[in-house]
Amino acid sequence: MVEQVSNVTHKYLRPKKTFPNVWCPGCGIGIAMGALIRAIDSLNFNKDDVSVVSGIGCTARIPVYLDFNTLHTTHGRAIAFATGVKLANPKLHVIVISGDGDLLAIGGNHFIHAARRNIDITCILVNNYIYGMTGGQYSPTTPFAKNASTAPYGMIEQSFDPSDLAKSSGATYVARGTVYHASQLSRLISQAISHNGFSFVEVISNCHTQYGRLNREGSAVKMIQWQKEYAVPASAAARMTREELEGKFVTGKLHEVFRPEYVSEYQKIIDKFNEEEEENRQLQES
Amino acid sequence: MAEVETKRKKSFYKENVPLLMQGNEACALGALAAGCRFFAGYPITPSTEIAEILSRLLPRVGGKFIQMEDEIASIAAIIGASIAGAKAMTSTSGPGYSLMQENLGYAYMAEVPCVIVNVMRGGPSTGLPTKVAQGDVMQSKWGTHGDYFPIVIVPSSVKECFDYTVKAFSLSEEYRIPVTVLSDEVLGHMREIVKLPSQEELNIVTVPKPYEPPEWYKHFEITPDFRSPMASFGEGYRFHLTGLTHDEYGFPTASKTEIVRKLEKLRLKTMRHLDELTDVRVEMMDDAHIMIFAYGSTARAARQAIRMARKRRFKVGLIQPRIIWPFPDQIVREYLERVDLVIVPELNQGQIIREVKRLRYRHVKIIGLNRFDGELITPQQILDKLKEERH
Ligand code: SF4
Repeated sequence: MVEQVSNVTHKYLRPKKTFPNVWCPGCGIGIAMGALIRAIDSLNFNKDDVSVVSGIGCTARIPVYLDFNTLHTTHGRAIAFATGVKLANPKLHVIVISGDGDLLAIGGNHFIHAARRNIDITCILVNNYIYGMTGGQYSPTTPFAKNASTAPYGMIEQSFDPSDLAKSSGATYVARGTVYHASQLSRLISQAISHNGFSFVEVISNCHTQYGRLNREGSAVKMIQWQKEYAVPASAAARMTREELEGKFVTGKLHEVFRPEYVSEYQKIIDKFNEEEEENRQLQES
Repeated sequence: MAEVETKRKKSFYKENVPLLMQGNEACALGALAAGCRFFAGYPITPSTEIAEILSRLLPRVGGKFIQMEDEIASIAAIIGASIAGAKAMTSTSGPGYSLMQENLGYAYMAEVPCVIVNVMRGGPSTGLPTKVAQGDVMQSKWGTHGDYFPIVIVPSSVKECFDYTVKAFSLSEEYRIPVTVLSDEVLGHMREIVKLPSQEELNIVTVPKPYEPPEWYKHFEITPDFRSPMASFGEGYRFHLTGLTHDEYGFPTASKTEIVRKLEKLRLKTMRHLDELTDVRVEMMDDAHIMIFAYGSTARAARQAIRMARKRRFKVGLIQPRIIWPFPDQIVREYLERVDLVIVPELNQGQIIREVKRLRYRHVKIIGLNRFDGELITPQQILDKLKEERH
């Protein structure tokens, strides 16, 4: 089993220069990266056709380890860079991987607009409720009353529900998984990548080093166990009342609709001009 | 395919016939002629026409246009497109150019070719959106954080808006560097008769592709002349790009030697090629005792002023840099040795004059003529200044 797992992951990792990795032992980001690799493997893509784009933060360090066309950009801007990559070369499968501060605070504007455009990019959010790399400051997903290094008296702001935000901004595929449910997570990611349009997968993860420490939530293992206990599959959630769902979070595919995809719509305009050109030429020749 | 493209282009690109056009239009057509196939931008006065024109024309040549949610996203998108293999451009004005500074530094660090047209307007802040200024010349050199040795171009006519947008693309490809074109509100909106060159007359440079197989490829190879070939995403090279200081493969590095090698490469890329990066128009300087140092739309007034002054027997000439960064030290120094007075007219409170003063030679008197009320400096103003100095 271990051998099988490592065979798949090693096929997609870069041997050169990049290990040991930057993450704390026990961090969920590594599991999210593994899930992403297995998702791509299950889709049988050519590595040359995959581009992984990120911004800044712990999660944003994922691309450097991956043997794809990888782009580690500036804080919050991954989706905007990815938009250019996708438009310039639509045959690339473009995947943005980001943390909650990166994607929803400094990058929030790009996130909602990419969702609204319904551009065929897959966006994976590793949500650990805090800024990890800079040392535990509160993020747009830090829950009310929780502690952060910049919320020493408890969080008094309200937080985003990233999946809700994605859906209401126009994302046409939305799912939520956890690093505990790793194989479900790969399935959700591969569904998201296969979806034609802006797809979004929120991954509940643990930052025991910052969030866990500041909120006395215990070790990595304990935090991942929390995910197991509080996750409710979408199918079960449909039968539960609001009160029953209080404090829990729903996992699985949350939303999928089909709307015109931006890059294909643009291609239609180009094709129209090509046809006109062809007609003109035929007219001239005859 | 190329043939079809050229043919289709002809419907809006008419070679060698006199056309009346705006500077902004000339920038847009110059970009297309240079092979620009991606534009991302955000509406801002007085640059918006460039975006509007390209939104109409790009799909006709198989290119893409996108209006992004802000200027930060616009420059990010053109960098992404460039990495994926398209020649890419954005256009903006002061406030947008300020927003772009961080990613401009990214493009510089990650050595991604792209072109940014800044149609300058009055600043600081929102300033004078519909009025002319030259207040961003220092920002274009020092705007992003860290050491930065950029290439910046300042055209002074509608024809130059065309020619130098083409040149901006060529330089950005050759040096794998973001190139800024500093146009201004007057140039952008002014109409002049222009004859567009044929495709053969254009000297278009495209960054060479690597010749070695992917296993051998170093995206940031340090070559003897510091310019390296470039593969694009999707071509089998699977490299890594980052704004972190990196080694020749693009992987983040903490090694002191690698850090120094990278940063020196970035500096020497432009500073070792000063000859190629000097583009200065010298007029009537042979016997001149007085030098007018002027650029952009101010150079137009200066050109007329030296003619008026010559009629009054002042021995005066003009030095007009069209590439302002790197600053043409050598040529300016040469002429500074021959004159005793330099006038630097600028539409700001005194920016480029600092560079000229840096090169000051002995007794030479260097004075500014500054206007920042949203209007152009007139030839008469320059002449008056000159007379005032010479009694
Ligand atoms: S700081 Fe937190 S998010 Fe970052 S690597 Fe450590 S545990 Fe993971």
